[in-house]
Amino acid sequence: MLNVIWLLLLATGIVVAALNGNIEVVTEAALGAAKGAVEVCFDLVGVMALWLGIMKIAEKGGLVQSLARLLRPITVKLFPSVPSHHPAMGTIILNLSANMLGLGNAATPFGMKAMQELQELNQESDEASEAMCTFLALNTSCITLIPATIIAVRFSFNSANPTEIVGACIFSTAISMVIAVYLDYWFRTKSRWRKK
Amino acid sequence: MLHTLLSLVSKWAIPVLLLVVPIYGYFKKVPVYEAFVEGAEEGFTTAIKIIPFLVGMMVAISVFRASGAMDYVSMILDPITSRIGAPSEVLPLAIMRPMSGSAVLGMATELMRVYGPDSFIGRLSSVMQGTTDTTFFILTVYFGSVGIKKYRYAIVTGLTADITGFLASVYICNLLFR
Repeated sequence: MLNVIWLLLLATGIVVAALNGNIEVVTEAALGAAKGAVEVCFDLVGVMALWLGIMKIAEKGGLVQSLARLLRPITVKLFPSVPSHHPAMGTIILNLSANMLGLGNAATPFGMKAMQELQELNQESDEASEAMCTFLALNTSCITLIPATIIAVRFSFNSANPTEIVGACIFSTAISMVIAVYLDYWFRTKSRWRKK
Repeated sequence: MLHTLLSLVSKWAIPVLLLVVPIYGYFKKVPVYEAFVEGAEEGFTTAIKIIPFLVGMMVAISVFRASGAMDYVSMILDPITSRIGAPSEVLPLAIMRPMSGSAVLGMATELMRVYGPDSFIGRLSSVMQGTTDTTFFILTVYFGSVGIKKYRYAIVTGLTADITGFLASVYICNLLFR
């Protein structure tokens, strides 16, 4: 699946550029993006270190565990394959809360940490586990209570009411979240059934 | 009123976390600085690990975007999406949304500059921006950090969530703002 998408993006881009007669943009875009990707990762290094450092303090103090305990009734249902006392549960909740508050730069480090903890439970090491798929379904569709960036943009263009879109955002993310969770559940049961 | 409250929360969230967590840890007798450094070290290795995955994905997306292929995709989809009440101006936004967060923020900003934040296009692009997520970036980075190469059904789920989010945004904006 990913192989096809990757190839399709690359090949369509190159063919269209050739047909349009501006093949030179391909070289520029490819080399620029390769350099840009590394810059993104280096920008992440500092932020990752900061948040995972803070999280380690919270973990050793027992804060992450109590947060996980609080939301256990829900997480147990969403992640049946993860033992209910596993540390991944706490990290997943931290990631989703950061997402909800619109703290993108804190959400990514927590998310990667959660993936590492889920990977410890994963026997097939280069194939995504069920819990990982559920986590990413939640993550990519997660409700944002405070879409801070877009409010700031609206404010800067002198909107009469920069926050009027918040209700509409919550409505449509809620719908996409329900669909994602349901679809994930459907795929999970289907793939289990196939394995039997 | 709501704006002041929300901007207050987003302004204070991080400082409060940075204050509360270490103080809490200190009272729980955690060696706070040593714990911080221990966690920070993990952050460094994880960020380095995702480089090859991100290079691969960003190169393909960037070539696709620069070539102008997106204009053709918009042209094909426009007859369908205009029927459900989505102006053709916001289509590139919907197509690029799963691939590149920064590109889409740039596009949304441009639409708001041209049409105004309180126009239908301005409001719809704001809602779309706040609704969906950069699915490809998240999948690449999250799976890359643990070396997962087979994503199974996660791509389909993520992209369906994006499409649903787009359709729901169009629906609610037509209902509220048209």
